[in-house]
Amino acid sequence: MIWVDTIVQGILLGGLYALFAAGLSLVFGIMRLVNLAHGDLIVLGAFLILVAATALGLHPFLAVLIAAPVMFVLGWALQTWVLNRVLGDDILPPLLVTFGLSVVIQNALLEGFSADSQKLSAGGIEAASLALGPVTVGVMPLLTLVSAVAVIFGLNQLFYRTALGRAFRATSDDAVTAGLMGIRPQNVFAIATGIAMVVATIAALYLGIRANFDPSVGPARLIYAFEAVIIGGLGSLWGTLAGGIVIGVAQALGAAINPEWQILAGHIAFVVILLLRPRGLFPRAND
Amino acid sequence: MSKTQKTNLMRLLGLGVVVLLALVPVIGTRAAVQDLFMVMTMLVLALNWNMLAGFAGLVSVGQQAFVGVGAYAMFAAVILWGMDPLMGILIGGLAAFALSIPMAFFTFRLNGAYFAIGTWVVSEIVRLSLAQWKALGGGTGTSLPKGTTKTMFGVPQIKDMLDVSSAAAADALTYWLALVLVLATLGISYAFLRSRMGLGLQAIRDNTEAAKSVGVDPTRLKALVFLLTAFGTGLCGALLFIQITRVTPEAAFSVVDWTAFVIFITVIGGIGTLPGPIVGVIVFYALQRLLADYGTSYLVVLGLIGIAIMLFARRGLWGLFSDRTGFELLPLRKMPPARAQ
Amino acid sequence: MSDVLLSTRDLTAHYGDFQALFGVDIELRRGETVAIIGANGAGKTTLMRAITGLLPHAPDAIRFNGENIGALSAPEVLERGISMVPEGRRLFPSLSVEENLMIGAHKRKGNGYWTLETVYDIVPILRERRHHPGTALSGGQQQMVAIGRALMSNPEMLLCDEISLGLAPVVIKEIYASFPKIKESGASIIVVEQDIGQALKVADRVYCMMEGRVTLQGTPAELSRDDIHNAYFGVSA
Repeated sequence: MIWVDTIVQGILLGGLYALFAAGLSLVFGIMRLVNLAHGDLIVLGAFLILVAATALGLHPFLAVLIAAPVMFVLGWALQTWVLNRVLGDDILPPLLVTFGLSVVIQNALLEGFSADSQKLSAGGIEAASLALGPVTVGVMPLLTLVSAVAVIFGLNQLFYRTALGRAFRATSDDAVTAGLMGIRPQNVFAIATGIAMVVATIAALYLGIRANFDPSVGPARLIYAFEAVIIGGLGSLWGTLAGGIVIGVAQALGAAINPEWQILAGHIAFVVILLLRPRGLFPRAND
Repeated sequence: MSKTQKTNLMRLLGLGVVVLLALVPVIGTRAAVQDLFMVMTMLVLALNWNMLAGFAGLVSVGQQAFVGVGAYAMFAAVILWGMDPLMGILIGGLAAFALSIPMAFFTFRLNGAYFAIGTWVVSEIVRLSLAQWKALGGGTGTSLPKGTTKTMFGVPQIKDMLDVSSAAAADALTYWLALVLVLATLGISYAFLRSRMGLGLQAIRDNTEAAKSVGVDPTRLKALVFLLTAFGTGLCGALLFIQITRVTPEAAFSVVDWTAFVIFITVIGGIGTLPGPIVGVIVFYALQRLLADYGTSYLVVLGLIGIAIMLFARRGLWGLFSDRTGFELLPLRKMPPARAQ
Repeated sequence: MSDVLLSTRDLTAHYGDFQALFGVDIELRRGETVAIIGANGAGKTTLMRAITGLLPHAPDAIRFNGENIGALSAPEVLERGISMVPEGRRLFPSLSVEENLMIGAHKRKGNGYWTLETVYDIVPILRERRHHPGTALSGGQQQMVAIGRALMSNPEMLLCDEISLGLAPVVIKEIYASFPKIKESGASIIVVEQDIGQALKVADRVYCMMEGRVTLQGTPAELSRDDIHNAYFGVSA
């Protein structure tokens, strides 16, 4: 029975990782951009929520509604003025620019907020739990997983049911021909990064409520997110959810054997899956 | 001035700098020796990363794996097997080389940008695994036994020769080793890039398909560079930690110290140019001194400069300088340089 | 002349160091169908890329509807009313047939003749296959999707780049059978063709290009086979 519990907790943890990863997956799927600053942008989102919550006395779930539009604009601006200029066949410039950005954001946050641990306080819901058959699950972890599924479902609807989603897919297929159709790839990319930042803000909400955070925690979260995206199959949003859950379950099982092995077990699961399936679990057909 | 004259002038200047550097432990202060040791070790790391990312197109953010493994292997050699630290340096290099083989096997399966993530994950795995090595202190790390460096091979002789304390003599020894490592790395990189293999590598960077069609095997060449730079990075890691004398998983596998700084040094100086890391490390050191009192804002400035360079001058400060003036320190082509872009 | 829709004046274009067009002058009058013929590498596709804003060149070398459009980007050119069927069709593989058509209407303004329904009316098979991936159709059907996609913006001018390339003669005939309908909808047309016979059949006027220059022009009736042959290959038969 303890194994069932461990696996359930792992799946729930996977929901958090999938949330971290969904924005990355979206951006990679559309413009093949690997954003090394994504983890730090999530942390930035958490600080934004914190500031909004403290300054206006809002519950974090409401403060998100203020932080998310700010993050959208930030993502849009970042893409328009920085990232669009380095996209191209050479992978080096975008990697190095986002790497530089990661260092800048992290240290600017350190300047502004110091290295102290912070936490978003959500009140009684944090400690609430409910019994699901034989296992007891926390309400917050469950809400995280539900949010992850909802976000990925929403992004899929956007992708496959709207004109914007059509423009996303067309641009991803062939940006030059998309231009002939009147689509401005640079605008499409800017909107995509804006949306990715909104998703990052949702991830930041759960990051901040479920654990302490400080300016330096971004890269560690980023690595799990990347693992989820890669083993899920590049560009597949549902794959990203599956990837997040694989990492979460592996970490939970590792931790059950020896708490020191939690992180290691997740990394090893990543390596093993890629050795078995180099293109991930759900690779896109036309890549 | 003709192109050859300019090149010769630069070479003469370089030789002068090397001689001056070699004399620092004799004529300089101990603080200068220690500072320049750090500068030169960073330069070695940057030269290696530049070979990887700038010439072989392998953007690794997991170089701390080789620094860390080199450091841990050296500690194991000294503490567990009772070897001389100098022997430990060699073991460190070999251990990093040994790690790079399975690491290449795994990470080379990942395309482009995801290669970067792969190297990072492997580095984390190695860090977390070594944190389980209780004989070397587990997660909290361990120190070199007291006096180890003072009895290191060569230290007593240097002590007598320079008439200094054992600690200063140990500093001088590690300093000279770092200088040798810099010169060896530069020399080998230069020779390699001018060799048939190196020209093949640059052809791959410029156009993979064309290079394939003339019979260059990109994967094998890149793997070779990956293994060799792992060796160099491992040697440097071991050497660094003889000077630092204490190892912890966090310090040995620090992504900021051994990879982030190294990337900025290379990018600012000029990625894909041989003198780039040299220029970069000088700027890096100057900025560090200049902004020492401002704590983390130093890193913000470094990051912003790196971003600006990537946006506006992709071949870095050296690229700007040599494009404007025609000076070349270590010319890689016998023909006039290709047009920008 | 007010009935001139498109004109290029001394148009030159380069790919890096390589000059691909040398002072090309062409003209398209409203309601006209013009064919541009020439061998591989004659500069036909380059000309199309220059007109649609995919290839930079002198800003005042191209006028459309009395406006200089030389400096505009591809989306801006489309918004002026120029739509292209690119060489090799370039359907979007992750989009269905219907989505490929709808993406063509991404920037459409107001009402025009072309809608999903009117496109399906001229190629009924597409209606049946509308939920298939565009790239799962036969070559001829894919070409019709590409043409339909270009029409969905209700262009004033339609550029067709090598639409018969790689297709069987019977399929080519079917594709060109849709042209009267396109003309009827009010679009002027430029077709780029290697198939001289087909070009002469459909065009009001013909330009022949060789090595980046226009070497011959006239109506199909004016041009003798020998003229065309000379202009096409540069040597006397």
